[in-house]
Amino acid sequence: MNLSPAEIEAIRAEAGRYPEKSAAVIDALKIVQRRRGWVSDDSVDAIAGLLGMSAAQVDSVASFYNLIYREPVGRKVIHYCNSVVCWMQGAEQNREFISRCLGIDAGETGADGEYTLLPIVCLGACDKAPVLMIAEETYFNVDQTALKRILDDGGQGDG
Amino acid sequence: MDKPLTRNIKADGSVATLEDYRQSGGYEGLRKALSGHTPLEIQQQVKDSGLRGRGGAGFPTGAKWSFVPMGENAPATKYLVANADEMEPGTFKDRLLMEGDPHQLIEGVIISAYAIQASSAYIFLRGEYHLAARRIREAIAEAYENRYLGAHILGSDFSLELHLHTSAGRYICGEETALINALEGKRATPRAKPPFPQAAGLFGKPTIVNNVETLSNIPHIVNLGVEWYKSLSRSADTGTKLYGVSGRVKRPAIWELPLGVTAREIIEEHAGGMRGGFQLRGFMPGGASTDFLLPEHLDVPMDYGSVGKVGSRLGTGTMILLDDKTCPVEMVLNLERFFAQESCGWCTPCRDGLPWVATLLEDLLAGRGRAEDLATLEWMCSFLGPGNTFCALAPGAMEPLQSALKYFRADFEKYLPQPALTGGVHA
Repeated sequence: MNLSPAEIEAIRAEAGRYPEKSAAVIDALKIVQRRRGWVSDDSVDAIAGLLGMSAAQVDSVASFYNLIYREPVGRKVIHYCNSVVCWMQGAEQNREFISRCLGIDAGETGADGEYTLLPIVCLGACDKAPVLMIAEETYFNVDQTALKRILDDGGQGDG
Repeated sequence: MDKPLTRNIKADGSVATLEDYRQSGGYEGLRKALSGHTPLEIQQQVKDSGLRGRGGAGFPTGAKWSFVPMGENAPATKYLVANADEMEPGTFKDRLLMEGDPHQLIEGVIISAYAIQASSAYIFLRGEYHLAARRIREAIAEAYENRYLGAHILGSDFSLELHLHTSAGRYICGEETALINALEGKRATPRAKPPFPQAAGLFGKPTIVNNVETLSNIPHIVNLGVEWYKSLSRSADTGTKLYGVSGRVKRPAIWELPLGVTAREIIEEHAGGMRGGFQLRGFMPGGASTDFLLPEHLDVPMDYGSVGKVGSRLGTGTMILLDDKTCPVEMVLNLERFFAQESCGWCTPCRDGLPWVATLLEDLLAGRGRAEDLATLEWMCSFLGPGNTFCALAPGAMEPLQSALKYFRADFEKYLPQPALTGGVHA
């Protein structure tokens, strides 16, 4: 079994919130990813076993949702919004700046494994465009000065 | 002017506490509902209030509820689901309600669940709203401690379990039958209707899915009454609305205003007008899937009926502005790429049509367009329009395209390669 006792306990608690335990599969994928950074084939198999599903069923779900990573990502994932309002107000210029600073393109992870850069759809903060999200922090009105500070702080800023 | 939805929202972004909420009349609506009204009476009140769904479609909430089987022969298990999957580009209103006053949403969920006699409720929250998740989780725990949730709420016969589900991305989850599939732990593809969720929804049981802002209205309607609620608006559509503006205005933000204020009042007074150096060329009244309108429409009241009459939709009520320094064709390409990416792939016109639309626009912008491409794009607007797809994603995607082709035709045409004889340089 690939899952830790803590993961199994957390997944079972989520499964108890639904009349069918397979309904907790998205919660289970998020629980595993929170601890491991991504969802491996072994994790898919283990979740399938725990929730009474086939591995293919679990993977059909895991591969559908963009916040579930089916391949390794950096320790921090930068999600920059590229939807319409952020696009209008400098999202692509910010993306270019991040790419230059970190030496990675959208969709890539740096060689040191620190950052992965991914576009994301509208983050629902269009009055403060452009915005991006790192882990659970959303950063508003992001320009190059802010980006420099965010990257220097290692994405641990106060959003 | 009364602003029931935002009266507890603090300017510094901190959360309204349970005490703040109670002091402004919070949980009084629930007390009234449980002690003095039958579920059908609550349904009738909401119907009489004229409340229309705030998620974008504007369907009357009371009418939606009325299709849920009630009475002794109704299924024992029914569900109430709060659609907190705010993902329509340009929309940032439910975030404000959930981060600022989570108890208001929770009370709305409880009263609505009582009205349809649901025994379980879920808040389906988009995965990126981490702050809202933390605040809702705390508020749910407080609500249980104070007997607003759980068995025998406030000593009544009514019991309700409420869970927060945080999602894992994908715009399509906001479509209510796709949301139900997501909540069941499946790929978020829409379901064929009928059966409608009110008859067979979540786990096959009668289910109501209502938007966060819709549900946040319910406690006030029950507490302060239908006549008070109807007096709030300036139009045939009742209540207040969270209106928003984003784009190149001086003060982009959200305001709670009477339904029926004009776009001009929202943009010029509340948002402070355009920033220096920018002119307004057009606006999408309520998110990425609403038709563009023009400056000549600024005096149209922003209510469901009036916006519909001029060929667009109120949608989510959060406007995206097009300014004179932004190319409408590039803007539409950004929107169509979004919709193409977010198509769930379930039905063919959407899965294959939207990338085709995006490709045609890319080619046009790259100077590879052909004269007939504009006709193809127009054909797409009807081929991907209402009636040809399982859900409203593709028809919604066609709204900005069809209106841009109508209003900004010259901007599209200028990208077409020019015949040698005319020879002009087109900027």
